[in-house]
Amino acid sequence: MTARQLTQQIRRGDTSAVAVCEAHLDRIKTLEPAVSAFNTVTAERALARARSLDALQQAGAPLGPLHGVPVALKDNMCTAGVPTTASSKILRGFVPPYNATVATRLEAAGAVIVGKTNLDEFAMGSSTENSALGPTRNPWDLDRTPGGSSGGSAAAVAAGMVPLALGSDTGGSIRQPAALCGIVGLKPTYGRVSRYGLMAFASSLDQIGPLTHTVEDAALMLAAIGGHDGHDATSSSEQLPDLLAALTGEVTGLRIGVPRAFLGDGVDPAILAAFNAALATLAARGATLVDIELPHAGYGIPVYYLIATAEASSNLARYDGVRYGHRTAIEKDDTLRTMYERSRDEGFGAEVKRRIMLGTYVLSAGYYDAYYLKAQQVRTLLRQDFERVFATVDVVATPTTPTPAFKLGEKTSDPIQMYLNDIFTVSANLTGLPAISVPCGFSAGRLPIGLQFTGRSFDEVTLLRVADAYQRDTAFHTESPTAAEALMNRPASQP
Amino acid sequence: MSTLTQQDVKRIAELARLELTTDELDLFTRQLGGILTYVEQINALDTTGVVPTSHVLNRPVDRPDVPEPSLSREDLLANAPDAAREAGLFKVPRVIG
Repeated sequence: MTARQLTQQIRRGDTSAVAVCEAHLDRIKTLEPAVSAFNTVTAERALARARSLDALQQAGAPLGPLHGVPVALKDNMCTAGVPTTASSKILRGFVPPYNATVATRLEAAGAVIVGKTNLDEFAMGSSTENSALGPTRNPWDLDRTPGGSSGGSAAAVAAGMVPLALGSDTGGSIRQPAALCGIVGLKPTYGRVSRYGLMAFASSLDQIGPLTHTVEDAALMLAAIGGHDGHDATSSSEQLPDLLAALTGEVTGLRIGVPRAFLGDGVDPAILAAFNAALATLAARGATLVDIELPHAGYGIPVYYLIATAEASSNLARYDGVRYGHRTAIEKDDTLRTMYERSRDEGFGAEVKRRIMLGTYVLSAGYYDAYYLKAQQVRTLLRQDFERVFATVDVVATPTTPTPAFKLGEKTSDPIQMYLNDIFTVSANLTGLPAISVPCGFSAGRLPIGLQFTGRSFDEVTLLRVADAYQRDTAFHTESPTAAEALMNRPASQP
Repeated sequence: MSTLTQQDVKRIAELARLELTTDELDLFTRQLGGILTYVEQINALDTTGVVPTSHVLNRPVDRPDVPEPSLSREDLLANAPDAAREAGLFKVPRVIG
């Protein structure tokens, strides 16, 4: 059931916030041992909150648009009084004294936070395997990754543990796991959603967004979390339009750009087939397909890894064992510098260290111009590609990922192979544009495939309209994940 | 083609305040060299005169300088690995002998 349907049922009195909360906690209990989507499940808090929401309803108080809907937050978003670890050893035991703006806004909209989900450490990764707490598994095939870095949130939604979850997306970390888990993932325009309380990875790229089953739910969730926030200097004062009203199903005459030359090498044939079928579906609904060129999109990955690591090396300097987080055991004669160095070496995992090192190098004297400045210039060229294209089309369509979900361990030893997963997703972060992934088919092995639309800056309306129109004509998003369903239907006597 | 030496990696680790093990030093020298070679493909592009993008939003973000309530000292010290809570201070190893 979608979040919209759930909240309507609670409002009508067909069920209660407590009953809905209990049902989802039960499902988490059954599936979590196999899926490992959560770092923390806040069952008691959630039930207490659901009881207070039921009491509000009984008292006839005004109810929020997400009244009674269970939600999960990626564990890099601060929740007051609830551990927030970024799946890093360096933040084990950290309990934030404040809420991220998105947490405050979700609760103000009536949502019930049921837990914090697993991620690649500090959101650095594409498989959720870089978690100090162990990997999350894909609910469609437990031997495969859910993608990443918001793999816990994507798996939790796909497996029906929660109808809605938040992820963060720096190079595809919402859209790629959404595609690999068969759900919807939306990265809003940079500045649309406050980053206050989100643990910073690459501040010019990071953006928070929804993971849901339907585009309608993504619109509902973005409406709850979006809009200006004085606590985030990069939060935009652009008005949030009526997103639900935008979902008219009308795409007649809408121009969809397809960058054919960019879809060549390394894309799985099943993905290309599903992508082409999706375009045909949209054309049949009245959209016009337009061939476009994005000459610099192929440089997205190198540009991304130079800029993201440079920003990360600066952002992660704060983890020094002084004010919070892991501190090494201090021995006699240890200096302050030794404390910093050993605390950081013990606290960070391999991928985080790799990125801090790369970022430090490209910002260092003598290399800045050749790497960082050059990457920033190519970033401008990529932005110009999209500006040019959006003069003639309304959205750009690509597959979300080049392959379906890969096996655990398959790409962990080769960082570049792992990075190439993000070939189609990094452009939206580098340009700041909004982008969404929707389910558009299955591979022969019944693994989900994602279709990505990228829209104009602050034009989530068109983006959501086309994605919703596509869902009206397809049923991929209503399919249940095979492995999770098998676990739910397992006789109680089995271990 | 990047030619990153183990000495380079050691220097970067020092700048980044990371105390790497010998194994990490070997692994990172190999992997960072590979990643740098991969990203150097952007050198094929002529970017003469292209203005760099440091950020996609180029708007003023000024606001009036009005003090607002912030978190309490007690709350901020609650997560400290070592602190003199009564005095309201974080504790670190001795800096001056």
